[in-house]
Amino acid sequence: MALLKCKDLTLGYENIELVKGLDFEVNKGEYLCIVGENGAGKSTLMKTILKLRKPLAGSVIYDDGLKSTEIGYLPQQTIVQKDFPASVYEVVLSGCQSHLGRRLFYNAADKERALSNMKRLGIENLKKHCYRELSGGQQQRILLARALCATESMLLLDEPVSGLDPKVTLEMYDLIRNLNKEGITIIMISHDIQSAVRYSSHILHMGSEIFYGTTEEYQRSDEGKKYLFDNNGGDHNA
Amino acid sequence: MLDKFVTYMAIPLVRYAFIVGVLIALCSSLLGVILVLKRFSYIGDGLSHVAFGAMAIAAVVGLADDMVLTLPITILCAILLLATGSNTKIKGDASIAMISVGALAVGYLLMNLFPTSSNVSGDVCTTLFGSTSILTLKKEEVVLCVVLSILVVVLFIAFYNRIFAVTFDESFSKAVGTKVNACNIFIAVIIAVIIVLAMNLVGSLLVSALIIFPALSSMRVFRSFLSVTIFSALLSVACSSLGLILSILYPVPVGATIVAVDITAFIICMIVGKVTGRG
Ligand SMILES: Nc1ncnc2c1ncn2[C@@H]1O[C@H](COP(=O)(O)OP(=O)(O)O)[C@@H](O)[C@H]1O
Ligand SMILES: [Mg+2]
Repeated sequence: MALLKCKDLTLGYENIELVKGLDFEVNKGEYLCIVGENGAGKSTLMKTILKLRKPLAGSVIYDDGLKSTEIGYLPQQTIVQKDFPASVYEVVLSGCQSHLGRRLFYNAADKERALSNMKRLGIENLKKHCYRELSGGQQQRILLARALCATESMLLLDEPVSGLDPKVTLEMYDLIRNLNKEGITIIMISHDIQSAVRYSSHILHMGSEIFYGTTEEYQRSDEGKKYLFDNNGGDHNA
Repeated sequence: MLDKFVTYMAIPLVRYAFIVGVLIALCSSLLGVILVLKRFSYIGDGLSHVAFGAMAIAAVVGLADDMVLTLPITILCAILLLATGSNTKIKGDASIAMISVGALAVGYLLMNLFPTSSNVSGDVCTTLFGSTSILTLKKEEVVLCVVLSILVVVLFIAFYNRIFAVTFDESFSKAVGTKVNACNIFIAVIIAVIIVLAMNLVGSLLVSALIIFPALSSMRVFRSFLSVTIFSALLSVACSSLGLILSILYPVPVGATIVAVDITAFIICMIVGKVTGRG
């Protein structure tokens, strides 16, 4: 059974329609990459999945006992965070807010969860550091740890490697792949089509043409070939 | 000097002023941290002008207790400005400026058209910069202030974790099911309450100084949300105490003195931040 099904979704804002007739599903353990040009509506799709926005038409259906509030989310960075005085621990712990329920304060289990997710991503030594003073790669790990505090089943990542240097990007991709191997379903927006193809099990291509299928199917499809070629330039003969 | 201070403190009215001053400084610094981080520093300014306008209306209508009118109007504006957040058609800062200047002008106009005393510019000056004498607080006002302040501090502590989460990353909070809108309205209401209270002490022009200076100072030196919040509260209490003492000992206006002390503290914190390489 699918964890998540999107049926005939139309996405857009007041007077613009971005995509129409979007149909796809995500099963447990899959790794879906969403690719497409800037402005294609990838972030909008993610917000719709998270119920931050309503679709213009169609529906998002959760199954297998998954709730939209039990998804870990790594948003595209917002401006506020750039000079926000917060320690790494405070940020990661805030990932437990959905476990608060009616409680006012975090309990021992929440704190333990925050610490274990920091260990999982290798940032436990940064616990007392100030979030804003860390490098882009470290910040993304922290936000990933926060997202992990909110879920054990599904992560939604909106361009997790944008602005990171190649080495750190590779580490980030490895980290995400390992999480996927541990059984966490991944939906990731990516600009980097080469890595998307390398790591994902499924691809959703948004744009004038919509493609949804397994990564192998994508590589054989016309959209896939064209997009892979366009984004490859001349640097592939090495 | 100490004698003079002790003599003054024996007078109930001076004690009232002290209690109110310290409590307001405490509350406004707590909220200041949120406002500065949410990029809403101007809202204090805007709302205090709204409160000024409402006060003018109350005076014209002849209400004995202007709080009855000032508080609801300010709360309403606060919700409109803060809670609607980023989705509003009019951009946030522009709408704040609009409401702020509009309320100020209308208030001033009303005070001139329907003067309630012979000294209009004196009245206006008092509402804008606070009373030059701190001995004008009535006992009921002090009680109200104490009750509301305790309420604000208790609520702030109770919702501290949610306030942090929502301020740090609204969309993440929303995604995991935190009631972000309720939280924003709650913050807006508290801010309106503080501003109306603080107007009595420092006047509407200086309210925003009381709100933003301690937070900005603290952010220069500290790096976790908890330490910034705590230091901001301590600093604000210290600065307004010092300002109050100075205005008791010397013939200087309370509001402006407190703000001057706050500015000095900010400069010191800036230097400390630079020296320790954190600013
Ligand atoms: N809140 C909004 N209101 C109106 N239009 C928006 C809003 N957010 C994004 N858009 C528009 O929707 C389009 C798609 O945005 P987005 O989903 O962020 O694209 P992507 O993430 O694929 O680059 C863009 O053209 C953008 O200008
Ligand atoms: Mg995007």
